[in-house]
Amino acid sequence: MLEIKVLGPGCMNCHKMEELAKAAVKELGIDARIEKISEIQEIMKYTMSTPGLVVNNKLKHSGKPLPSPEKVKALIKEEA
Amino acid sequence: MLKAFSAYITYNLFGLAEGSRIAGALDFFIYDTIKIFLLLSSIIFVISVIRSYFPPEKTKRILSHKKIFIGNILAALLGVVTPFCSCSAVPLFIGFVEAGVPLGVTFSFLISSPMVNEVAVVLLWGLFGWKIAAVYIGTGLLVAIFAGLVIGKLKLEKWIEDYVFKIHSGGGQETAAPAFRERLEAARWNTVDILKKVWLFIIIAIAIGGFIHGYVPEDFLVHYAGKENPFAVPLAVAIGVPLYSNAAGVIPIVYALVEKGMSMGTVLAFMMAVTALSLPEMIILRKVLKVELLAVFVGIMTVTIIAVGYLFNAIL
Repeated sequence: MLEIKVLGPGCMNCHKMEELAKAAVKELGIDARIEKISEIQEIMKYTMSTPGLVVNNKLKHSGKPLPSPEKVKALIKEEA
Repeated sequence: MLKAFSAYITYNLFGLAEGSRIAGALDFFIYDTIKIFLLLSSIIFVISVIRSYFPPEKTKRILSHKKIFIGNILAALLGVVTPFCSCSAVPLFIGFVEAGVPLGVTFSFLISSPMVNEVAVVLLWGLFGWKIAAVYIGTGLLVAIFAGLVIGKLKLEKWIEDYVFKIHSGGGQETAAPAFRERLEAARWNTVDILKKVWLFIIIAIAIGGFIHGYVPEDFLVHYAGKENPFAVPLAVAIGVPLYSNAAGVIPIVYALVEKGMSMGTVLAFMMAVTALSLPEMIILRKVLKVELLAVFVGIMTVTIIAVGYLFNAIL
């Protein structure tokens, strides 16, 4: 099972990132657990630019602009 | 060509009488809408590609242990090209502190980044011409450098929240640099995304602007917001601070107000207040700054922006 983390203190972009990850997982039809990380210390382990996307402990995307839905799918697939 | 097109629609397609108020308003609306959207999409695209080369991690490395002054200038410039979501102000601030970026230098970055913002600059360019947009960028950079220098000189590190110094991230991870094609693709996506967010605000604002253009008398605002009124600048700044996410919508209205007598310095000060100081950003920054430092920051920015407003009212 894939461990997906969405990093962000809870702004609009971070919510969008979470939705993108959920949609990508659904479309790919893979088994994944999506976790929202808003705790600063935990976010900083990966990056200082939110929103971030972490798959299996690997930072796949960080900061603005957000990736496109296609890109998110590709990023998750790389680790699947 | 655009002018001819909007005139054609107004006078031929809608058959409105030349010189009538409704015709003036419609002509203004069509012309400005097309012009602004053309400018917005092309400039956001170009800026997005440029920004993909300046991730915050790179900026952090460049600014780390930089000398005051040179550091402030670099930080203000990098603020323009480094993409950053205001929600990441906290991790970014902590990351900068951890990497040894001086406090004043960090502030120069945090000020210039939202202030010299592409949507604001494009709207100024589209509505007031490139000279005003250039003046805005130049002054924005100067304000960021100056305010950062002052905050650095005041040695206010004691007013950073204590936990900030206790976080050791070890620098985190970095993603692989994308290929050029991917940068173009990401920029295209980002441009569409931003336009989706702002188009309605801009159209409504241009419509209101068109209405003011057609129906409000020429010198309506001279008395209230012209150069002669010394309170116009502070008042514009006071109104501008709480307006944040609607910068895109505010500006076309301001444009119409300028036509009715609001002076340029007041407009620039207003724009800076809208973009640089906002309540949501203060709430975010409060997580890393003690109230005292936040107050000093807001104070310095307010005074500097008001000074800029008076300066431009005197010389423009």
